[in-house]
Amino acid sequence: MLNFSRSMVVAIILPLLIGILCAVPSFLPDTAVEKLPAFMQTRVNLGLDLSGGSHLLLEASTQDVAKQRLTNMEEQVRTELRRGDPRIAIGDISSRDGKLSFMVRDPAQVDAAVERIRPLTQGAGLTGQRDFNVEVVNSSTVVITPTSAGINNAVKSAMEVATEVIRKRIDEMGTREPTIQQQGDNRIVVQVPGLQNPKALKDLLGQTAKLEFKLVDVTADPAEVAQGRAPVGSEVLPYPDNPSRVPVIAVKRQVMVSGEDLTDATQGYDQNNQAIVNIRFNGSGGRKFGQVTSQNVNRPFAIILDGRVLSAPNINEPILGGSAQISGNFTVESANQLAIALRSGKLPVALTVVEERTVGPQLGADSIRAGLIASIIAVVAVAAFMFLSYGRFGIYANIAVAINVLVILGVMGILGATLTLPGIAGFVLTIGTAVDANVLIYERIREERRRGRGVVQAIEYGYKEASRTIFEANVTHAIAGGIMLVLGSGPIKGFAIVLLIGIATSVYTAVTFTRVLAAHWLRTQRPTEINI
Amino acid sequence: MKLLKLVPDNTNIGFVKLRHWCFAITLLLTALAVGTTAYKGLNLGVDFVGGLMIEARFEQPPHIDRVRSNIARLGVGESSLQQFGDPRTVQIRLPLPEQGGAGAANAVVERTRQSLGAEFPGVTFSRYDTVSGKVSGELIRDGILAVLLAMIGIAIFSWFRYEWQFGVSTFVAILHDVVMTVGFFAVTQLEFDLNIVAAVLTIVGYSINDKMVIDDRIRENMRKYRKMDMKALIDLSVNETLPRTIMTSVTMILALGALLLFGGHVLRGFAAAMLLGVFVGTYSSVYVSASLLVSLGLTPQAGERKERKSIAAQAERVGPRDDGARP
Repeated sequence: MLNFSRSMVVAIILPLLIGILCAVPSFLPDTAVEKLPAFMQTRVNLGLDLSGGSHLLLEASTQDVAKQRLTNMEEQVRTELRRGDPRIAIGDISSRDGKLSFMVRDPAQVDAAVERIRPLTQGAGLTGQRDFNVEVVNSSTVVITPTSAGINNAVKSAMEVATEVIRKRIDEMGTREPTIQQQGDNRIVVQVPGLQNPKALKDLLGQTAKLEFKLVDVTADPAEVAQGRAPVGSEVLPYPDNPSRVPVIAVKRQVMVSGEDLTDATQGYDQNNQAIVNIRFNGSGGRKFGQVTSQNVNRPFAIILDGRVLSAPNINEPILGGSAQISGNFTVESANQLAIALRSGKLPVALTVVEERTVGPQLGADSIRAGLIASIIAVVAVAAFMFLSYGRFGIYANIAVAINVLVILGVMGILGATLTLPGIAGFVLTIGTAVDANVLIYERIREERRRGRGVVQAIEYGYKEASRTIFEANVTHAIAGGIMLVLGSGPIKGFAIVLLIGIATSVYTAVTFTRVLAAHWLRTQRPTEINI
Repeated sequence: MKLLKLVPDNTNIGFVKLRHWCFAITLLLTALAVGTTAYKGLNLGVDFVGGLMIEARFEQPPHIDRVRSNIARLGVGESSLQQFGDPRTVQIRLPLPEQGGAGAANAVVERTRQSLGAEFPGVTFSRYDTVSGKVSGELIRDGILAVLLAMIGIAIFSWFRYEWQFGVSTFVAILHDVVMTVGFFAVTQLEFDLNIVAAVLTIVGYSINDKMVIDDRIRENMRKYRKMDMKALIDLSVNETLPRTIMTSVTMILALGALLLFGGHVLRGFAAAMLLGVFVGTYSSVYVSASLLVSLGLTPQAGERKERKSIAAQAERVGPRDDGARP
């Protein structure tokens, strides 16, 4: 197969040209790329290890979600049965072993109670199951058990909301091109390139930002509160900055207004030039806040964030305008962070950082430089060696390798793949292995010449016989690469992407493309001897 | 122009003859690698054991004991320090605080930064990683799984396509390569992290590539020379492909040598592992997988049977095949 028609040559070279063209934007400065049409903005993204930045893996606790659901259910049951009409007296409410159980005082009302609770449960997604099972045990005890489908569904929706909330928070920080992705059932990957100090980011993602306003229980006995005991209808919460030096305070259980009624939060200063957060309620939140503050003038209320009391100011006068201030022991920075967290809403579930990798921009730049130098030296050394070994055919192989490197970059650009440090290693390796295909072919040509075949026949046989070997070898290599891509995490993945693209493109450039060059030489020069 | 030829024409080295010696040496080295790994263990990075890794860059090369005692004063657990080629860069490893989650790890980094900054002005943290025990367990599992699956997948591929002997010999040879690489890390106590798992997988890939080329030539010669003795046939095949084996190894060594010397310290472990892998993989292609075929009782007639079963027409042919377009 050494006769190529003109159209075939075009068909072979065209994809290479497209690939090279797609590699060009990766070498241009940002400003130049922005002027290109959208389909030309095929740039290779730099991984965090090269650009510098932070990679965080956040995990939500599934138990936490399940526990919260149960607490909400308990609240709903209380509301429905005790406050509903007709009222059903219940007692012994307890949530143990992930189940909620209570006793109905009048055995005659058990069925009615179950009837009233059933509508509180919902279908769990498309599974056809309910999210809770309601059963009667011992004729007077009702047990509500969450189904696994219900929990999974709740975790799923909690994760969706959490991903959205995190995106909002990071956007508010004004960082450049963050990547936020859900991974597996209960994890979120956050990658922020170019971030110098991820502490602020982690602090921001670490807070749930559940904001509540509750009245302080002034009737509680301070000695009892210090022991952690509160009167009925109240609870004891930690209050680290309490002026009375007792780090706890008793507040009413009932929530006056919560963070869900907020429309805006900004950082500001109070009259003493202390950093505060200004908040604005929506209509119903503002009305509720105004009503409660009117009824409780001269009594203190507590501002509670994630279960901790920030401050407990006195209500000097009714607050009617629908806006309020959150005071606390803030710095400008922490007040600003709280404002961001409040604006983006509360996280439906607490997240913990289970993996973090941060690379300083200096190290990233050093790595790029070192990788570039290593690549150039590798290319020059391999090219010189190939030329010394195979002469004209060595040059063909070198042209193929050079094109191959550009095409890999181009394909990565088209796919939007990310170049990481192990990816650079993959590049250097591809340079080494790409010439292997040419070595196979050329050694075969040498062999065929030794066996006495003519120039054209030797080249033809060399390509034909070696192609089979090259195919086998690359299929197996691709199996290894594919497994790395599927199973590997982080660095392994980055490496596998370059490797797989390199395998595909190198077979094309090393076999098909160099064959066109060789055929052209045979046709135009009609050589009688080859120096190989 | 006189072209470079690393292997003279018509080289004929009796590789197979030496195989018993080589099996003995290979077994000894493999036992040594396994023993060292079991006895000394690997210097696992934070990727695999969990914990905190800080890479600190100092203005002046610091006295390592002073850095150690500085961190010891913080009471954040036992630190282990390591210097890279650049004497100003120190890698600090600390256990992850048991309680407090994200904020606690953060606090440790901040305290270390302040404490080191007070004693060594101008120190910067060029990178740091924290990996929790849970995640590191998963990373270990995935890494081992990836290497195993790659090996098994490739062995199955060559078994289905050809005789079972090729599958077995390839599997054994790759196992040898992996064991030797891991043993190298046990002996040198270089840090074994996720990058090294990628390197091991690449060695597997490269080694396979090498074995496929020789195996392919063996199969081609099996079709060509039906009557030839298997030992002579394997010697012939290995010798015929020797120029290519040497050429490719040299280009790989050139590329990896550049990476090792100029690629920066982050990739140094990776390049070292790969470089070793090239030697080990090339050796095992000749002395483990090819020689093992003889011991496993492969004969040229075995190829014929399989061939006849699959594509009857091709089995009739003698001499170089002219239908190179085999899929």
